[in-house]
Amino acid sequence: MTSLPTAPARKRLGLVIDLDICVGCHACAVNCKEWNTGGVAAPLTDLAPYGAHPDGVWFNRVHTYEVGEGTTGRTVHFPRSCLHCAEPACVTVCPTGASFKRAEDGIVLINEDLCIGCKLCSWACPYGAREFDEDAGVMKKCTLCIDRIYNETFDPEDRVPACVATCPASARHFGDLGDPNSAVSKLVAEREGFNLMEELGYAPTNKYLPPRPRQQTSGCTGAPARLAPAVPAAAGGLLGWLDRVLSA
Amino acid sequence: MHPSLSVIFFTTASGAGYGLLALLGVLAPFGMLPADPLFGLVALALALGAITLGLVSSAFHLGQRQRAWRAFSQWRSSWLSREGVAAVATYLPAGAFGIGWVFLGSVSKAAGLLAALGAVVTVFCTSMIYRSLKPVPRWHNRWVVPNYLSLALMSGILWLALVLEIFGPRPELHKFVPIVIALAAVLKLGYWRFIDSAPATSTAGSATGLGAMGTVRLFEAPHTSENYLLKEMGFSIARKHAAKLRRLAIGVGFGLPFLLSFVPFVASGWPAIAAALAAAVLGTVGIFVERWLFFAEAQHSVTLYYGASAV
Repeated sequence: MTSLPTAPARKRLGLVIDLDICVGCHACAVNCKEWNTGGVAAPLTDLAPYGAHPDGVWFNRVHTYEVGEGTTGRTVHFPRSCLHCAEPACVTVCPTGASFKRAEDGIVLINEDLCIGCKLCSWACPYGAREFDEDAGVMKKCTLCIDRIYNETFDPEDRVPACVATCPASARHFGDLGDPNSAVSKLVAEREGFNLMEELGYAPTNKYLPPRPRQQTSGCTGAPARLAPAVPAAAGGLLGWLDRVLSA
Repeated sequence: MHPSLSVIFFTTASGAGYGLLALLGVLAPFGMLPADPLFGLVALALALGAITLGLVSSAFHLGQRQRAWRAFSQWRSSWLSREGVAAVATYLPAGAFGIGWVFLGSVSKAAGLLAALGAVVTVFCTSMIYRSLKPVPRWHNRWVVPNYLSLALMSGILWLALVLEIFGPRPELHKFVPIVIALAAVLKLGYWRFIDSAPATSTAGSATGLGAMGTVRLFEAPHTSENYLLKEMGFSIARKHAAKLRRLAIGVGFGLPFLLSFVPFVASGWPAIAAALAAAVLGTVGIFVERWLFFAEAQHSVTLYYGASAV
């Protein structure tokens, strides 16, 4: 049913992405592709992967932005994937019942066997989370690695989405954002995590943590403002005398 | 937004068909149209033919056409599903209306009004598919529904005027043609004025949440060639081409049919039929251009992640 669950889930599984830490290595996107092209939404079709214009389905895309000007300007790497919104219009616009939001944990999924590939859900998503698989004729999207996070054959520490498991900088966190006492909720509170395009009212579950303020004065790092001169003043003795004679 | 030809053809053809069906359903039971079964046959065949061609064409953009029947199931939440249900449901009264008129010689008031209601509801649902999409501010506004309804009525009355001119002119209806064209033109101009002056809904700053730190510029895209998102939602049209196409839509779609709609006041017979035919064809071509622009000029918020600064 593409109507949203009537009782909103208490549990809201999602991601917290730290824009201060992300180094833009694309490992999350690559490991996402790697896992999911063999997972529930497999395959994530690539068209002309070795051609001049490769095109394919990815659930995770890493953009890089320049923000601000001059000395306050900075580069921010920005991973973008499904935000598993509380008000996902991508689900309610679906005419077939293929799209749904799970009542138990808030994950937004597609039943590919019901999808007719009308693409309306991709129009309804402000964040570009849904991509059409031309080869399969159906829409595909991030599953929050539902086949990893509940996978009891994995060690408990590995029951996280592939993007989180692989991030070499620990810029991605996974947890229950519906529980105010969870580690991710505390992180969001502490770092003033924010929603993307709040004005559209989709109430995303995933949160982004802002880059920390840039440290522009020397004092805040504990280093001296200026290094001591490397060359000692005037040397005495024979070398000092030679230096004075030769400098003259 | 990518202007998909199958969807543009669908909304143009079915819009004209539903407009004509609504007019037939309302006017015929009250004796305002010829009761001649041949007139009923031609006019209803034109209406239902355009509707059916449009609906069939709409299935061409689907990835899994054989499952299209599933689209009737989610009418509780989806305007697309409601449109499908309304479209199919309208065939029932329309069919009864047509059989009564053409074969039994009785123009049913109930079936006619129900068919007209179904036609209006279907076009309303079509427009609500676009009206409800918040990520596309140029669709998510109060002008979209009146535009779809008035353009369907306009194309409907242009084709009705042609069939009437052939089978038996009704001079008392002549004046409604320029009135409806003027109404549709005013609403279309209002829509364009609105989308040109409306403040941005979202910006690259709000899309990334980084706006407070300064202007946000794309430094590096996530991929080297176009992906589905850019092909489907990243379509953009140069402003100067949009201005030219708007003038074309106004001139061909509204201006010429408006002028031609005065011909029946001064002439009858073949000149009036030729003028009505030209008006119907030009009006439909104009709406086709207008519908293409409706897609091409609409910017989706996902483009904010790919370098657009505001939508």
